[in-house]
Amino acid sequence: MKEVYQSKTKIKKSWPDKIFVVLNTLFMISFVVITLYPVLNTLAISLNDGTDALRGGIYLIPRKLTFKNYITVLQKDNLITGAWVTVLRTVLGTAVALITNAILAYIVSRKRFLFKRSLSLFWVVTMYVNGGMIPVFLLYKNLGLTNSFWVYIIPGMISAFNMLVIRTYMSGIPDSLEESAQLDGAGYTTIFIKIISPLCKPVYATVALFVAVGQWNSWFDAMLYNRMSPEYTTLQYELMKLLSSVTNQSSSAEAMKNAMGSVTPTSVRAAATILTMLPIICLYPFLQRYFITGLTIGGVKE
Amino acid sequence: MTSKAKRRRKENVAAPTPKITWKEIKRQKVLLFWSAAIVVYGVIFYYLPLVGWLMAFEDYKPKDGLFHSAFVGMKNFQHLFSDATFIKVLRNTLAMGVINLAVTFIMAIVFAILLNEVQSRKGKKTVQTISYLPHFLSWIIVTGILHDALSGTGIVNEILVNLHLIEKPINFFAHPKYFWPIVAFANVWKETGWNAIIYLAAITAIDPSLYEAASIDGAGRWAKIRSVTLPGIKPTIMILLLMNVGNVLNAGFEIQYLLGNGLVQSVSQTIDIYVLKWGISQGNYAIGTAAGIFKSFVSIILIIIANQIAKRNGEERLF
Repeated sequence: MKEVYQSKTKIKKSWPDKIFVVLNTLFMISFVVITLYPVLNTLAISLNDGTDALRGGIYLIPRKLTFKNYITVLQKDNLITGAWVTVLRTVLGTAVALITNAILAYIVSRKRFLFKRSLSLFWVVTMYVNGGMIPVFLLYKNLGLTNSFWVYIIPGMISAFNMLVIRTYMSGIPDSLEESAQLDGAGYTTIFIKIISPLCKPVYATVALFVAVGQWNSWFDAMLYNRMSPEYTTLQYELMKLLSSVTNQSSSAEAMKNAMGSVTPTSVRAAATILTMLPIICLYPFLQRYFITGLTIGGVKE
Repeated sequence: MTSKAKRRRKENVAAPTPKITWKEIKRQKVLLFWSAAIVVYGVIFYYLPLVGWLMAFEDYKPKDGLFHSAFVGMKNFQHLFSDATFIKVLRNTLAMGVINLAVTFIMAIVFAILLNEVQSRKGKKTVQTISYLPHFLSWIIVTGILHDALSGTGIVNEILVNLHLIEKPINFFAHPKYFWPIVAFANVWKETGWNAIIYLAAITAIDPSLYEAASIDGAGRWAKIRSVTLPGIKPTIMILLLMNVGNVLNAGFEIQYLLGNGLVQSVSQTIDIYVLKWGISQGNYAIGTAAGIFKSFVSIILIIIANQIAKRNGEERLF
């Protein structure tokens, strides 16, 4: 990587500039190492024999290669349930949130809509003022959303931030498109489905990505609202329980004692961690241009 | 028909929102129907919880309900501020909020500027792609990774021991003095690449002729960063700073909850953890709600102050 950085020199460089390039390259290399090393180290531990790993000294390459940790993870019923619930909430939650945010953004971006300003304000206020943890908890309890799968879907249907991102994008679409469709007799619903939405695909992808990542990674709602319902547990919450079971063991001797054969809680947790982040690691490089658009739009003053 | 369309187009430019008339209401009935449904949803899920704020001014008993519990005025707030634990929790939240904001903010700007100076396009793209990765990982995963890296046999202790900086491995999670730096580092590790995206976009928008002019004047890299890049992204820096100042008290929950343990609890507990522990788990709904209200209140005041300062200095502002 070092050669790549330094090869493209167009103009003759002064001494300070050369030093700058060297230092900058070193900075970037250490940045990449610090970012990637912990992840790769967890991967190595997950592929290593559990009891052997307790001796330490595993860096990037497993010392005693085994897939036993992964097999153990895949045989744990609670993790499998968690995985299914997580996949379901991610797919359903993203679809529902995308549709509702898009409808709301479409309404408030119509120039002729009578309550355009007040409806926008109604949602922008929610970004700054919220009831707080306890009133919200009691509300969900009274609505029957605790110990239920729907607590993952319904409360997050609309977010002011995502709505604003879509609205900004929609405002950039020329009005003439809507007007000519209206002349052809198209109503608001037809214009939304047939004309505006196809043009909004990039921003829809952005918002879908934001929501999906949030759904995939959330654990607090599972802990707070569905603690008593193991059938609605999520992958991240199960991972969290695994984590606390590992850190509560004060010494490695204790961990040894708890180890079943060659599999230890630490090694199982490493395997579960890798499996949980796998879908995200595989997907995110391909979605880069979408979240860059979204962030840049979102940063625009509204 | 055409004249009507022309007139409508003219109206669009001149007066965007028409007057409320029956004709207009009928024309927009689809929009009105859906917005009404959405408002009902918003009232239930975002505005109804605000009614729960009443609890903070009551001696709330679940069996009496919100409207029949005894009213006690500011007693819950007085109780809160005479509670030594809450004062400590407040200090922790503020300290970690400010440290994290400062450190992640500076790191993102520095990273964006330095990455922009990388000549090779391929190298730049590779580094940037890698830099986003941690943002997509949950705090559960990040704290798990941290535990591995900082454990007795982890890489950090190994390096420190091998460099003879320490005699034997440190148990980083057992000493209060390491907690805030660990949280700050974790935030930097997770969010630097992500936060830099917006600055990189702002740098791209700077007029290239400014750099050329600077080169002709004999400016080196440092000079160009100081006199072209930094002033160019200053508006972006200001607006993001404004947006984040209001979140200072919101910044502390997940990582502190996941990394905290009995040994470091005097420095790890934040307002949200306090609300969760004393409010929800112990059933002290009134006190917990009072703490939550206090947090919202401080956040709004911080946003307004920051906005006023920006206004006075003629900078970008939120509202």
